[in-house]
Amino acid sequence: MRQEESYEDGAVKGFIFSSLFWLVIGLVVGLLIAAQLFAPALNLLPWLTYGRLRPVHTNGLAFGFAVTAIIGVSYYVVQRLARAPLVFPGLARASLWLMNITVALGAASLFMGFTSSKEYAELEWPIDILVVVVWVMFAVNMVATLIKRREEQMYISLWYLLATVVVVALLYIVNNLAIPVSWFKSYSAYAGANDANVQWWYGHNAVASLFTFPILAFFYYFLPKSTNLPIYSHRLSIIAFWSLVFGYMWTGAHHLVYTPIPDWIQTMAIALSIFLIAPSWGSVINGYYTMQGSWATVQSNYLVKFFLWGITFYGLQTIQGPTQAIRWISQFVHYTDYIPGHVHMGTMGWVTMIISASFYYLVPKLYNTSLYSIKLANNHFWLVLVGQLIFSITMWITGLQQGAMLTATNEDGSLRYSFLETLVHNYPYWMMRFAGGIIYFAGIVIFVYNLAKTTANRGGREAAA
Amino acid sequence: MSIYRKPVIFIIVSLVVVLVGSVVSTFIPLFMPSMEPALEGITPYNPIELEGRDIYIREGCNNCHTQTVRPLLFETARYGEPSKLGEFVHDRPHLWGSKRTGPDLARVGGKYPDSWHYKHMENPQAMFKDSNMPPYAWLAGNRLDTSLAEKKMKTLHFPFADAEIRALDGKTEMDALVAYLQKLGRTKKPQPLAATTQGAATAVESPAVAEGHKIFDENCAGCHGADLAGGLGPNLTDAEWKFGGSDADLILSITEGRPGGMPSWKSVLDQDKTGKVVAYIRSRAKG
Ligand code: HEC
Ligand code: HEC
Ligand code: HEM
Ligand code: HEM
Repeated sequence: MRQEESYEDGAVKGFIFSSLFWLVIGLVVGLLIAAQLFAPALNLLPWLTYGRLRPVHTNGLAFGFAVTAIIGVSYYVVQRLARAPLVFPGLARASLWLMNITVALGAASLFMGFTSSKEYAELEWPIDILVVVVWVMFAVNMVATLIKRREEQMYISLWYLLATVVVVALLYIVNNLAIPVSWFKSYSAYAGANDANVQWWYGHNAVASLFTFPILAFFYYFLPKSTNLPIYSHRLSIIAFWSLVFGYMWTGAHHLVYTPIPDWIQTMAIALSIFLIAPSWGSVINGYYTMQGSWATVQSNYLVKFFLWGITFYGLQTIQGPTQAIRWISQFVHYTDYIPGHVHMGTMGWVTMIISASFYYLVPKLYNTSLYSIKLANNHFWLVLVGQLIFSITMWITGLQQGAMLTATNEDGSLRYSFLETLVHNYPYWMMRFAGGIIYFAGIVIFVYNLAKTTANRGGREAAA
Repeated sequence: MSIYRKPVIFIIVSLVVVLVGSVVSTFIPLFMPSMEPALEGITPYNPIELEGRDIYIREGCNNCHTQTVRPLLFETARYGEPSKLGEFVHDRPHLWGSKRTGPDLARVGGKYPDSWHYKHMENPQAMFKDSNMPPYAWLAGNRLDTSLAEKKMKTLHFPFADAEIRALDGKTEMDALVAYLQKLGRTKKPQPLAATTQGAATAVESPAVAEGHKIFDENCAGCHGADLAGGLGPNLTDAEWKFGGSDADLILSITEGRPGGMPSWKSVLDQDKTGKVVAYIRSRAKG
C-alpha cells in the first residue's frame, strides 16, 4: 500500500473551500430571487433584477459549487483508486486558480447582462473558452494518472468519472458553438427549433453529467469507505452504468413536450425517460443492499444518513422525472413551479447531500485531524433536510394548483381564470419556500463553520460527541 | 482484455455509447430541412427589433416568459394559435424558455398598443398591483447602443436598409424592446389597432362618441378588445356590470381603477375625455 503522504492533495483542499465559498454565494442569490418573486420591490438595481440574477444562482451553483467540488473530490478519489499520485500536481493547482477566476468572471458577466440566454449555458463565449480550458486541464490530469496507475482494475467510481469527463466536454462544446459579434455578444450557431433541441440535449445531460454521474461516483466511493461495507453487486453496477449513459442522451426533448419539435423526437425522449428508471434504480438498490443488515450504523455513524437520504432522494427524483416526461402529465406541470420542486429535491436532497458527506469525510483526513463537531454535523443534516422538504413540497402543491387553474375552463369552453389570478395563488407558497430556503441556508452555514473549525483543529482533538 | 483496465479504450467506448442517442435525437435533425421549414409571412428582424431582442436576452426576460404556444385547448384559448416550426427560423438563440412565472409572449405582438407596453414596462405594479414582474423604467432612460447594429444584421444575414440603422439614433432601449415585443407572433406588417376598427363605426358616430372611440382604441382596446367584447378585461357591451352600470359607476371604474386588473386612468384621462369614453361604451351596448 502506498503511503498517504505521497499523494498530491494540495489542490484538493483549495477546491473544497472554493466550492463552499461559491455555495454560500449561490444560495444567497437563491434566497434573493426567491424573495423577489413575492416582493418585486427587491429588484433594486438593473443588475439586481430577477432576470439577471436567476442565471447567477443556477450557474453559480452548477459551476461554482458543483463543478469545483467535482474536480476537487475527483483529484482525491482518482489517486486512491489508481494507487498513484497525480501526474501533474502543478496543473491541478493551476486549474484551481483558473476555475475560481472563471466562476468570478462568469458571475460578474451575468450580473452585467452578458448572456447567451440558453439555460445553464448562459456564459458568453470568452468565458466558455475558459471553462473548456479548465475542463481539459482536469481531464488530462485524471487520464494521465489513470494510465500510470498501479491498481489493475478501475473501480465503478472511475467509470462514472470518465463518463463525466467525456459527456461534459461533448455537451458543452456543441451547445455553446456561436458566432461572436463582439467580446460580449454572440449569436447561437443553431436557429429556432434546432437551437432548442440542442439546448435541451445539453440541459438534460448537464443534469446527467454534473448532478448524476460524478455524484454516483462519490456515492460508490465514500459509502463503502465510511462504512467498511463492500458494494452489494458489481454486476448490477456494470449493467446500470452502461444503460444509464446510453439512455440519458436521448431524452433532452422531454423538456420540449408539446413544442413544435417533431413528435418522433419527443416520443423517443419520453420512452427513454421511462426506461431510465431501471438503471437509476439499479444504483439505488445497490446502495440499499449494501447497507442491508447494517442499518444500525445510522445510529453510530453520522455520515450514513447523508448517504441514505441522498440515495433515497435520487430514487424519488428518478421516478418523478420520468413521470414529468409523460405527455398528459407534462401538459399540466410543464412551465409551472412543480418543476423547481423537482429540481431542488435533486440538487438539495441528492447532489448537495452527497457532496457534503464527501467533504465531511475528506476534510479531517486532509488536515490530519478529526471533525470539529459531530453534533453540528447532525444539526446541519436536519436543517437541510427540513429546508429542502419545505421547498419541494410547497412547490409541488402550488405547481399542481397552477396547472389546475390554468387548464380550467367554463362550460362554454372559455377560460375560468386569468393568468394574474393564477399568479396570486403562488404568493403564500413562495413565501413558505423562502422560509424553507432560510432553514436550508442555516444548515449550510453550520456545515461551512464546522469544516472551517476542523481545519484549525490540528492535532486531532477528540471530536465532540 | 477488459475495458475496465484500459482507461483510454474505456473513454472511446463510452463516447461511442453516448454518441448513439446524441446523433439520432440531436445531430441528425440539424441537417433536416424539415426542422426549419419556410413559412409564408415570416420575416427576419429589422435593426430595431433585433436590438430589442438583444435587450430581452440581456435582461433575462426568458427566465419568466416562454415563447411557445402548445397545441392544447386551454393554451390556445389563452395565448392564440399554436406555435409552428417555421416561425422560429430567424431566432438565434431560440427564446422558448422553461418557466412561466409570467404569461407566454409568443403572440403578444399587436395584442396591446405601444403605449400600453411603455406604461407596463415602466411599472407593472401600477397596472396590475399583484404582478411580480420587475419594473424596467430605467430602460427608457438608456440611449440605445447602436455601435454593433450593422454588424449584428450582417452576422445574421438579415436584410436591412442603411436608413433603418440611422433611424436607431436617439432611440432608447425601451423603444427597441417595445418594437421587438410588437413583432412577436406577427406574420405580416403590423396594422395599427385604431385603423382597423375605426372606419366601420365612424359613419354613425357623433363627434363626442368618435373621440371616445379614439381614446378607447388608444388606451382600453388592449385589454377590453377593439370590439369591446373582452380580453384581459371584461366585455363592456353585454350590460353586465360587476361594479354597477350607471354613468357614475362606469366613471368610477375608469378614474379609480378596479382591483382585478383595471388600472386607474385619473392621470391620463380628464373628466371630459372620461365622459366621451363612457359615451362610446354606451353607443356599443348590445343589451
Ligand atoms: C419575475 C418574473 C418576470 C420577469 C423577469 C419579467 N416578467 Fe414580464 N410579466 C411577468 C408577470 C407575472 C406578468 C403578468 C402580470 C403583468 O402583466 O405584469 C408579466 C407580463 C408581461 C407582459 C404582458 C403580457 C400579456 O400578454 O399581458 C409583457 C409584454 C412582459 N411581461 C414583458 C416582459 C419583458 C420584456 C421582460 C424583460 C425585460 C419581462 N417581462 C420580465 C413576470 C416577469
Ligand atoms: C390593463 C388592462 C386594462 C386596461 C388597459 C383597461 N381595463 Fe378596464 N378593466 C380591466 C379589468 C381586468 C377589469 C375587471 C376588473 C375587476 O374585475 O375587478 C376592468 C374593468 C373595467 C370596467 C368595469 C366593468 C364592470 O363590470 O363593472 C370598466 C367600465 C372599464 N374597465 C373600462 C375601461 C376603460 C374605459 C378603459 C380605457 C380608458 C379601460 N377599462 C382600460 C382591464 C383593463
Ligand atoms: C437556499 C436555497 C435555495 C433557494 C432559496 C433557491 C431558490 C431558487 C429559485 C427561486 C429558483 C427559480 C425558480 C423559478 O424559476 O420559479 C431557483 C432555480 C434553480 N435553482 Fe435554486 N435555490 C436554492 C438552492 C439551490 C441549490 C443548492 C442548487 C444546486 C446545487 C440550486 C439549483 C437551481 C437550479 C438548477 C434552478 C433552475 C430550475 C429550473 O430551471 O427549473 N438551487 N432556485
Ligand atoms: C431518470 C432521471 C430523470 C428524468 C427522466 C428527469 C426528467 C425531467 C423532466 C421531464 C424535466 C422537465 C420538466 C418540464 O420542464 O416540464 C426535468 C427537469 C429538471 N430536472 Fe429532472 N429528471 C431526472 C433526474 C434528475 C436528477 C437526478 C436531477 C438532479 C438534480 C434533475 C434535475 C432537473 C433539473 C435541474 C431540471 C430543470 C430543467 C429546466 O427546466 O431548467 N433531474 N427533469
